[in-house]
Amino acid sequence: MTDGHPPVGDFATDFDHTDPAWVADPYPIWDDLRQRCPVAHSDRYGGAWLPVTHDLVSEVAYDTEHFTSRTVVVSERRPGPDALPAPIGLSPPITSDPPYHGVIRRMLLPAFAPKPIAALEPFTRDLCRDLLAATEGRTSFDAAVEYTRHIPVQVIVRFLGFPLEDADLFRGFISLVLEQVDRPSDERDQMFTELDEYMDAQIADHIAHPRDDLTSFLIDAEIDGSKLPHEHIRGSMVLLMIAGIDTTWSAIGASLWHLAQHPGDRRRLAAEPGLMDTAVEELLRAYAPVTMARLVAKDFDFHGYPFKEGDWLLLPFPAANRDPAAFTDPGQVRLDRARNRHAAFGLGRHRCLGSNLARMELRVALEEWLARYPDFELSDPSAVTWSAGQVRGPRTLPVTIL
Amino acid sequence: MTHATLRVHVDPDKCQGHNRCYSVSPDLFELDELGMSSEVGDGIVPAGLATQARLAVDNCPEHAISLTEAAATEAAATEAAAETEPAAEAEVRR
Repeated sequence: MTDGHPPVGDFATDFDHTDPAWVADPYPIWDDLRQRCPVAHSDRYGGAWLPVTHDLVSEVAYDTEHFTSRTVVVSERRPGPDALPAPIGLSPPITSDPPYHGVIRRMLLPAFAPKPIAALEPFTRDLCRDLLAATEGRTSFDAAVEYTRHIPVQVIVRFLGFPLEDADLFRGFISLVLEQVDRPSDERDQMFTELDEYMDAQIADHIAHPRDDLTSFLIDAEIDGSKLPHEHIRGSMVLLMIAGIDTTWSAIGASLWHLAQHPGDRRRLAAEPGLMDTAVEELLRAYAPVTMARLVAKDFDFHGYPFKEGDWLLLPFPAANRDPAAFTDPGQVRLDRARNRHAAFGLGRHRCLGSNLARMELRVALEEWLARYPDFELSDPSAVTWSAGQVRGPRTLPVTIL
Repeated sequence: MTHATLRVHVDPDKCQGHNRCYSVSPDLFELDELGMSSEVGDGIVPAGLATQARLAVDNCPEHAISLTEAAATEAAATEAAAETEPAAEAEVRR
């Protein structure tokens, strides 16, 4: 949350993605900026830009000459050109630039292709059923706390091969990286050290006791005949843990939040299972959780805006998905939307590595929820709380079963 | 009676593995080990799958899929194959 930052006056000239107004409902802000700017600026975080149209978001995503992915989470620490080990970055491949990016990404892609992901579906379905069974007999509970947040964390823990009981620890790390971005950088450094130490212990345990999971996969992986450096393995594990948990938790929660408030949609989806594929894509479009970031790689003029090397740039794929120039009636959720080129998983070479995993989890989580609770509503809409920062989803979601 | 025969093609330089085309139309696309898509065979779209082919184009976030009219000779050669798949029409979801 925003302990340290003053409230935003005008988002066009002073935006802050941790501001309570943005956290509560960013869509009107982006709609307004799309009319007025369409690239907002802020002096916060050492200087940051925010394009809000689909065209401009796409342009940045495809431009690896003027923008670097060396770091993708905007915080008070603005790294200089030598502060991070480019071109690999701290958490490859999300923080890597070409050409190295392609090499490390190709190494990982087979583990995330549809076929290996499908193998995780039975585990995910059983998990969802068990979580729902634990709510048996109650007419109201917090769906974020008791259902959505447990699903991706346990799937990723299984995927990486960590002890299941460490799930709570992971949620603490994730909050640190993604939400507590306005804390002083020395406090963040200390917490990152603890995260690195946890990963070091897991890597050591996997070296001593190899098993069939992603951690052992990374330890065994070779590029051009060489094993990956320790820091590379650790960075990728941090990435997979963080990127795989908060994001999908948010997408499942936002989808339930929508269905809780739209009886027609939830009844139709419960009655027409064949609608699930387009519904999942539409919910991903409308409530895309992830805003990425780039650093400007060199001084240049971006459509009249004086971009300087080292400036932050927030890359709001959720805003691109709400651009009326790219989508008909973008504010309307249409579960049968047939034409849907949404950018929820990004665009270009950094397309979310885990998109097949996220889709599977979202689909299974909704199928199992609707099978047990086809009719439900928000207990108290004002009690719903949303995460702050670059990943948006409900963290408190009290529902009443009808 | 003839109708335009269509050919679908995935630009491998643009495909980033979103997997939308394969999800919409598994009969027209196939995925490699990395999850990257390409058209099945020569990309000629059987008559019953034209709707699926258009949906694949319209759902690719990277604009990597093209749909063009195939040359007449190719169309003639594949017409018979298209005739054998009337059941595919039922799989068109919308």
